[in-house]
Amino acid sequence: MSGPTTQSPPEKPMIGIGLLRVDGRRKVTGAARYAAEFLVPNQPNGQNLAYAVFLGADIARGSIATIDITKAEQADGVVGILTFKNAPRLHDAASVKGVADPKSGSRLVPLQDEHVRFFGQPVALAVARTLEQAQHAASLIEVQYKAEAPSIDFDTATPRHVGNTSHGDAEAAFAQAAAKIEATYDIARENHQPMELHATLAEWQGEKLTLHEKTQGVVNTAEIVAAQFGLKPEDVTVISPFVGGAFGSALRVWPHTIMAAMAARQFKCPVKLILSRRQMVTSVGYRPRSRQKVRLGADANAKLTAIIHEATGETSSFETYVENVLTSTGFLHNCTNVATRYSTVALDTGTPTPMRGPGVSTGLYALESAMDELAYAAGIDPIELRLRNEPDKDLAKNLPFSSRATKECYRIGAQRFGWSKRAAQPGTMRDGHWRLGYGMATATYPSNQDKADVRVIFDIGGTVRVETAASDIGPGTYTSLTQIASDNLGIGIEHITVDLGDTRFPKAPSEGGSKTLATAGSATLAVCRDARQQLAALVGEENVADPPKWRAIFRRQGKRQLVVTGGSATADSREGFSCNAFGAIFAEVAVDADTGQIKVRRLTGVYGLGRIVNPRLTRSQVLGGMMQGIGMALLERTRLDPRFGNPTDGNLADYLIPVCKDAPLVDIVFVNEDDPHVNPLGVKGVGEIALCGIAPAIANAVYHATGKRVRALPILPENLMA
Amino acid sequence: MDDVTRRHFLHGTGIAGSMSLLDPLGGQALAKPSAHALLHAPALAPAHAKTAPPPPPPSPFAVPVSLTVNGQKHDLVLDPRSSLLDTLREHLGLTGTKKGCDQGACGACTVLVDGRRVLSCLTLAAVASGSDVETIEGVADAHGKLHPVQQAFVDHDAFQCGYCTPGQIMSGIACIHEGHAGTDEEVKEWMSGNLCRCGAYVNIVAAIRDASAKS
Amino acid sequence: MYPFRFQRPLSETETYTALTSSPTARAIAGGTTLVDLMRDTVERPDLVVDINPLPWRAVETTGRGLRIGALARMSDVAATPGLAASHRVLVEALLASAAPQIRNMASIGGNLMQRTRCPYFRDPAVSQCNKKTHNAGCAAIGGYNREHAIFGTSDQCVATHPSDLAVALLALDAQLVLRSRNGERRSMLEEFMLLPGGTPMREHDIIPGELIAAVEIPANALGRQSRYIKIRDRGSFEFALVSAAVALDMRGGTVHGARIAVGGVGTKPWRLRQVESALVGFPINEDRLNLAMNHVAIGAKPLAENGFKVELLKRTLKRTIHEAGAIA
Repeated sequence: MSGPTTQSPPEKPMIGIGLLRVDGRRKVTGAARYAAEFLVPNQPNGQNLAYAVFLGADIARGSIATIDITKAEQADGVVGILTFKNAPRLHDAASVKGVADPKSGSRLVPLQDEHVRFFGQPVALAVARTLEQAQHAASLIEVQYKAEAPSIDFDTATPRHVGNTSHGDAEAAFAQAAAKIEATYDIARENHQPMELHATLAEWQGEKLTLHEKTQGVVNTAEIVAAQFGLKPEDVTVISPFVGGAFGSALRVWPHTIMAAMAARQFKCPVKLILSRRQMVTSVGYRPRSRQKVRLGADANAKLTAIIHEATGETSSFETYVENVLTSTGFLHNCTNVATRYSTVALDTGTPTPMRGPGVSTGLYALESAMDELAYAAGIDPIELRLRNEPDKDLAKNLPFSSRATKECYRIGAQRFGWSKRAAQPGTMRDGHWRLGYGMATATYPSNQDKADVRVIFDIGGTVRVETAASDIGPGTYTSLTQIASDNLGIGIEHITVDLGDTRFPKAPSEGGSKTLATAGSATLAVCRDARQQLAALVGEENVADPPKWRAIFRRQGKRQLVVTGGSATADSREGFSCNAFGAIFAEVAVDADTGQIKVRRLTGVYGLGRIVNPRLTRSQVLGGMMQGIGMALLERTRLDPRFGNPTDGNLADYLIPVCKDAPLVDIVFVNEDDPHVNPLGVKGVGEIALCGIAPAIANAVYHATGKRVRALPILPENLMA
Repeated sequence: MDDVTRRHFLHGTGIAGSMSLLDPLGGQALAKPSAHALLHAPALAPAHAKTAPPPPPPSPFAVPVSLTVNGQKHDLVLDPRSSLLDTLREHLGLTGTKKGCDQGACGACTVLVDGRRVLSCLTLAAVASGSDVETIEGVADAHGKLHPVQQAFVDHDAFQCGYCTPGQIMSGIACIHEGHAGTDEEVKEWMSGNLCRCGAYVNIVAAIRDASAKS
Repeated sequence: MYPFRFQRPLSETETYTALTSSPTARAIAGGTTLVDLMRDTVERPDLVVDINPLPWRAVETTGRGLRIGALARMSDVAATPGLAASHRVLVEALLASAAPQIRNMASIGGNLMQRTRCPYFRDPAVSQCNKKTHNAGCAAIGGYNREHAIFGTSDQCVATHPSDLAVALLALDAQLVLRSRNGERRSMLEEFMLLPGGTPMREHDIIPGELIAAVEIPANALGRQSRYIKIRDRGSFEFALVSAAVALDMRGGTVHGARIAVGGVGTKPWRLRQVESALVGFPINEDRLNLAMNHVAIGAKPLAENGFKVELLKRTLKRTIHEAGAIA
């Protein structure tokens, strides 16, 4: 990685350099503003600001019998209370599907009827002059329910089959296999728990709505909000320059956003609504609890002959959320007979939503754990098992891979990690009272690309602005787009600013699914190349890189700006290829032989991610995925009490995410990978794959340390007390 | 390259540091935004900035609270329920201090009170009355030169989304000052009160060790 | 949070007057417990009295032993020179508590008055909690109870006492100095902390308007050879799953005296006197420890999810005794 770089002459390529974050200063000084921070009461526009706090249902199924808002209305500072009785009627707009809306079912539109579908569902909204007053007023609303027995228990509810895939005849092949693994793996429900609480700041000007919103996609938010209020999307302005983490929780438009806009219109004042941490657990989705059954069949040489992978995930009673748990099963390893089957269990709970590495990280936990079990059963090294089953094409799609670096990842990872020091026999490596274990897993995630538009503005002031509605929820999109723009404009980064997260900019998709760089980055590349030509035509090729010179020419020509808008769509070069990122994860864990406490000591991740635009930021993203993977493997779970439907982990002291003390030694490597097919930039995306494979590598290491196979996440100390 | 600031998200923490909000005696708003304030008003509702609107009615139990924040004294009259965090964010406009949980479980709201790192979400402003409070907005020097811990966070890419960052930096400054930054392991333990969901811990440890070595 | 009046009296007398002026008045020092519970509407005082002006911050050696002012902050006590050598268990328990920011805020008295982390108790939407409402039932007994107590429970309440500090203080035979307008009295920590029994709302032997002024550790406490070990799921900043405080008096390789208290397992910090007795008079070895561990589970009543705590406690305690015994 290159050293700290803040400026660079334009002749030196910026792509590939570990440029420091261009928004770094704003983030370390507190100047970066997040959704709830755009308006405070003492500011000139903020003095009629009101705060909204919603009351959630404390039953999981039934209906509101009576709702008494008398006390709340009389409390100090209260502007008004909204319930299903007095709230404006909105459109459910069920046919308008947002980016992460389930295809089947109908979204919850808040405060429209007396029905309660899950614990925590908003049943009333208190609006008051101060935050303290609004919080208190919400607690004074008295609701009597007609409660019904909820269906909360994943284990006892009846699954519903929603889809299957197959190639070859997996059942027949499994029946005849020489070696067989058959195991069931569970993953607890997890919550995204971004550090920033979801928040909305809503204000109307006539029939036009402005939202400062925590969202991963301003365009999507505008479209969905507009549909529910019966507006045109262009009448909703959504502004979201900084997002304090989201990991998927801000891909959908949730009821609180609608309620803030509802209250702002009803009470004719700007309204700020911030979820509490407790509400975050029930209000903005979650990774569904899952159960997977994997059957692997292999021949005498440990070559896979059959994979049958079945998964069941929770969903809500009103939407059927389906995620890609099983999509990598068909191509990760070489097997001609693969069958997958997905089912859902509809419970009286909110709807799940994509969470980092959605589906794939879930499926890989089971598949890569089962591969580890097969390696032990066959008596061969887990890497050797994978090498024997390395495919030369995607057998599910019957397409060649655009690129696939697994073999190199295994080789480099094994060497850097010191895999050769691994004892073949589990439960035999010790360090004092710690049992040590090594584990590994293969990682993958699809490398997608979407359509995006970008605007480049050359200004007489000598600055270049690059605008697109894409978001930067943390990966560093501001920085990477600056680098791409600099190289393709031929103008130094010090003259370029990138602006994101605003519906007034050209359209770009939501930041999710690890495709922002492939999408907005490819569009930036295309538009900047075009813009450079247009600028050169205006000011002469020799002056492009020298803003003071084209400033002077602009002035002479009486031109204030040159604006170039364009975009790019999914690249034709992808046609005929299976495009995915791949990697190999290696973990060393220490398990206390007495207490079962687990410590991840080391993680090595080696990845083929195509071209690395900024190695510093890419490494940071992988680091983050590794930490979340530790959480997934060892700490995180949200449990709903089956009697009430309430989460018993409504506090960050109860829902455990890793702390600094849990950080292991890390080694992160990106192999050289030139992928001419995946997109014009040759990038593969990193956000999702960074999580994928971490949990199974850790779980496999725990088995190697203890000889005990725990087939449920999180793995807890009590599972390992021998 | 630090300033990508645009017309629609202007100038950070705005105006509030420059004036006290409420008359400590009468609890009435001082409705006199400065020229600076008007120039730097956020874009939300630009069309109809109100003149002298009614202030939020103070709680019947309102108490005088005197806080010195980043060297500037503020005499306020507050609802006793006001946490120091909400006072900073919603009354003084110092939104650099973040609300991550409001439960004392994440550290995003860390500020220094009388030189010690504390959680502003669990601190009642009334209890802190009379104290010196230092927030992220007061950490860089008067010329805008970053504090060594801030600079180290930039240099080591010790954040992604940036939301936990002000709390991490305030905690990191205190961690070094307390003498708890001698080894990586020590930093890991003494920085465990600041959660980072983006998982930047490895870089945070490197940043604090680096800043500690330089200080 | 319910509205409340706030007062900051400047004298001890005025403080007691304020605290007795309303039945729901609450004293605030660091606020780390109270503010959190008020925000969840579990605590609804109509008056909050700031007791920080009271001069109870010193950590000093007196004729009775070590005296820690109740308003001393956890971090300051932990950093007291010489304390790590004289009362290691105390310093280890303090530094294993919460996080640096909270230790800077939280007072010693407030730590001892902190309330359980039971999620049903803290969730404002759950009404089935006998601690919150008399005879409302206990949601934890038939619910998720991995973190709950195995000792000292009743059919009314199984909530774990969350303090690390109190466990260490129990192993040091600490007593509390309680002051009120009626004067001063002392209470052994073990008696001050109440079992839930049929009155889980009543957690401490304290009268309205009374405050913890100081904690006293007798001069003959076994602080020098003492250890605190805390087991938890993540590396730091988490309440104990199980913890053990062990203070020993070793003479000539033999246990002459032992004080053992455990945390994360009781409705209050739990003293294991039968384990202590089983150790006294013997050297510390594997056989003796195993014999002693037979006394650990006496009276334990595991719930559906926390049966593992019995075995985990034995193993944690064995290690703690080993390590305390190894201190030269």
